[in-house]
Amino acid sequence: MSRVTLRVNGEERSLELDPRTTLLDALREQLQLTGSKKGCDHGQCGACTVMVEGRRIYSCLTLAVMHDGEAVTTIEGLGRPDALHPMQAAFVKHDGYQCGYCTPGQICASVATLQEIEAGIPSHVTADLTAAPQLTAEEIRERMSGNICRCGAYSNIVEAITEVAGRPA
Amino acid sequence: MKFDTPATSNPIDQLRVVGQPVDRIDGPLKTTGTAPYAYERHDVARDQAYGYVLGAGIGKGRVAAMDTAAAKAAPGVIAVVTTLDMPRLGKGEMNTAFLFGGAEIQHYHQAIAVVVAESFEQARDAAAMIRTRYVREPGRFDLAAEAPKAQLASADSGEGSGAPQEDRTGDFEGAFAQAAVTLDETYSTPDESHAMMEPHATIAAWEGEKLTVWTSSQMIAWGRRDLAKTLGIPAENVRFDSPYIGGGFGGKLFLRADAVLAALGAKAAGRSVKLALTRPLIANNTTHRPATIQRIRIGAGRDGRITAIAHESLSGDLPEGQPETAVSQTRLLYAGANRLTALRLAVLDLPEGNSMRAPGEAPGLMALEMAMDEMAERLGMDPIDFRIVNDTQVDPEHAERPFSQRQLVQCLRIGAERFGWNRRSATPGQRREGQWLVGLGMAAGFRNNLVMKSGARVRLHGNGAVTVETDMTDIGTGSYTIIAQTAAEMMGLPLEKVTVRLGDSDFPVSSGSGGQFGGNSSTAGVYAACVKLREAVARRLGFNSAEARFEGGQVRAGNRSVPLGQAAGEAGLTAEDQMEYGDLAERYQQSTFAGHFVEVAVHAATGETRVRRMLAVCAAGRILNPKSARSQVIGAMTMGVGAALMEELAVDKRHGFFVNHDLAGYEVPVHADIPHQEVIFLDETDPISSPMKAKGVGELGICGVGAAVANAVYNATGLRVRDYPITLDKLLDRLPELA
Ligand code: FES
Ligand code: FES
Repeated sequence: MSRVTLRVNGEERSLELDPRTTLLDALREQLQLTGSKKGCDHGQCGACTVMVEGRRIYSCLTLAVMHDGEAVTTIEGLGRPDALHPMQAAFVKHDGYQCGYCTPGQICASVATLQEIEAGIPSHVTADLTAAPQLTAEEIRERMSGNICRCGAYSNIVEAITEVAGRPA
Repeated sequence: MKFDTPATSNPIDQLRVVGQPVDRIDGPLKTTGTAPYAYERHDVARDQAYGYVLGAGIGKGRVAAMDTAAAKAAPGVIAVVTTLDMPRLGKGEMNTAFLFGGAEIQHYHQAIAVVVAESFEQARDAAAMIRTRYVREPGRFDLAAEAPKAQLASADSGEGSGAPQEDRTGDFEGAFAQAAVTLDETYSTPDESHAMMEPHATIAAWEGEKLTVWTSSQMIAWGRRDLAKTLGIPAENVRFDSPYIGGGFGGKLFLRADAVLAALGAKAAGRSVKLALTRPLIANNTTHRPATIQRIRIGAGRDGRITAIAHESLSGDLPEGQPETAVSQTRLLYAGANRLTALRLAVLDLPEGNSMRAPGEAPGLMALEMAMDEMAERLGMDPIDFRIVNDTQVDPEHAERPFSQRQLVQCLRIGAERFGWNRRSATPGQRREGQWLVGLGMAAGFRNNLVMKSGARVRLHGNGAVTVETDMTDIGTGSYTIIAQTAAEMMGLPLEKVTVRLGDSDFPVSSGSGGQFGGNSSTAGVYAACVKLREAVARRLGFNSAEARFEGGQVRAGNRSVPLGQAAGEAGLTAEDQMEYGDLAERYQQSTFAGHFVEVAVHAATGETRVRRMLAVCAAGRILNPKSARSQVIGAMTMGVGAALMEELAVDKRHGFFVNHDLAGYEVPVHADIPHQEVIFLDETDPISSPMKAKGVGELGICGVGAAVANAVYNATGLRVRDYPITLDKLLDRLPELA
């Protein structure tokens, strides 16, 4: 067993773990934070997306013990049912989900996407790598493409993100 | 309550809450990650151990021996149950493949063991230590090769599509031989996977003889019955609970191995057990949409009127399986005096083929609506005009049966105008934007509307709030919300005053979610229960129930007005009923219609297809919630794009399995593949359907989309690909020379 301390949604959490435990399973099983979803366990779907040290990561593709002392933000850290984060509220308003299983991952990725554009990090569709990336639908779609929604809420998700980004959808 | 005469006016028509585009009431839970899915119910059973399912490594044969010694001795392992520990288990009524037990392997990744351990990591590790010796047997894995042995077979998908094995009206062969213009082409669609985002998962706990499963199921009553049957225990001893379901699309209609093995594992371990099928098991262990090979013949006069139409489909399945009902819509969609449909079934040893979103129509329309596009071109007609000329307001096989509503022509006309269809060049390959070849395509969408018996219980509380309980499920369809809207409308309450509890087999049996029957049927059941509750309230308050009006939390008649909650008393007031149906569905054909419009750009050098614009115009009865209904349609359109351009389970014809059995290998549309999507609902109410006057919409959205994409690719490139999906390799060597 290994010891690891994570700062999860602002709270120190110390865990005794099988070193094979992924960050995702540490969250879902040990900490019972089941908002992060397991769609594939293989880094193929994005349902497990969380933020580690401010950057999004597929939590199924990384072991919990690799993040000792690090800050993890999960969907539960963004907002609560009675106090929604603006992105969560926008998903509700634009119906950016159906079954809801990909949704926490989509929302974490959406928040990260806006931060990455803000920080000037280019994507595959950024035409000019030296200029600030633009907040276009194409940029949003490209950056969100690691998050599958089999229910097919994509069109609505892009509208939700666009609204939060402060541009008319 | 029995619905056997067309609906007249009723409280739903007020549309104070029903018909409004309200946000989903489960939205705050789903967007904050606090809606509990099956594997996440830490609270429901103590001491949950972890199960890990092992799938067979051969496509057909027998398990000769399993060595579990190392697995049993591995750290943390509590129990190992193998398929050799018991004779073959019983089979649920809805299952084709057996789920567990015995040595015989019917298909790849059939479950052969479950390992239960203290942790997921330990269970997974121990499962990898099981050594299995197989005796392989040759199997039938190639649909085309088995075609000569295929037999005629009738089928009913149970989801609104079906056909006799052979169905003839008039003299097809004679009329086809004499037709001025004809088409005779063959189309193929591949095996497809539901690939819902939440894998099948179950927590099982025994208390003596009683078994509870917290699981992910579209159909609670079927699941409960079939789990009991499979385990050989009375159904009363089984409870199913499934309040949140991370997508189904037909993949969670039927009992699957997760529930069976969680129950067996829990019994063996003497503990509650949770397990999920791992993603790589989903494609081969569960069900899929079967591949089809479809031959379509159409004969028409020079005026474009169809005189002869034939649609024959071949698909495969395990022994005792069913054909994909791909010809179903062709019996109803277009006029024509001389008709033939036929279904053929080949025996295959691949995993079980079964319902996936719009079984029958989805692949059937991919073929039929491409054939219609080709036929229009041969006639020199616009594809929309060709469809309009052949519209019918009655069942073409039984002229005495009218459609209850049929606004296909309106869908096509409105869609054409909104989409800018007049900018389409009738000659393909004309519009070029740099290296992109641009084209427009359309197709008709058609899906039958099924009504299913559905029950509910409504309880009025002293504070004037109402709780609805039904075993209906919400698989992303919006059931929670439309059920709350229905109860709010009926009881004269705001939405916040209604609580909806779903998915528990202790609740009245509902229609469940499938075949796009769930929305209309389950709300009709809630309507029936509310009618009963209104009568009980009126009686208690001394109102004449015919006069009582329920509005603003009050019950009113004459100049008397009493708060609704007053009728509840201390104990509350409960009413339960179900909606059943008479023969309206026999007397009228109930269907839903759409016009699908797509613009694509195909890269002239690489053959890559990009979907640029999509529009669906739908005529589907009253839309109970335009916001969630629109989502159903755009989601289905997205799945239709997948079917047209990328989705295909690749068959290993030597070893007999689907090779690309995960989300990296089985490609589904992602954000970058899907443009902004437009949906228009025509103003329609269908009083023949139910008191809700609604119809299904969740599957209509996929019906025809694939062909609209394919027809757009043709219009862009001049290349006709009749073998779905239309991947770039099928275009590459025929693309026009780059200028
Ligand atoms: S669960 Fe991590 S990417 Fe799918
Ligand atoms: S909402 Fe169901 S997968 Fe996205």
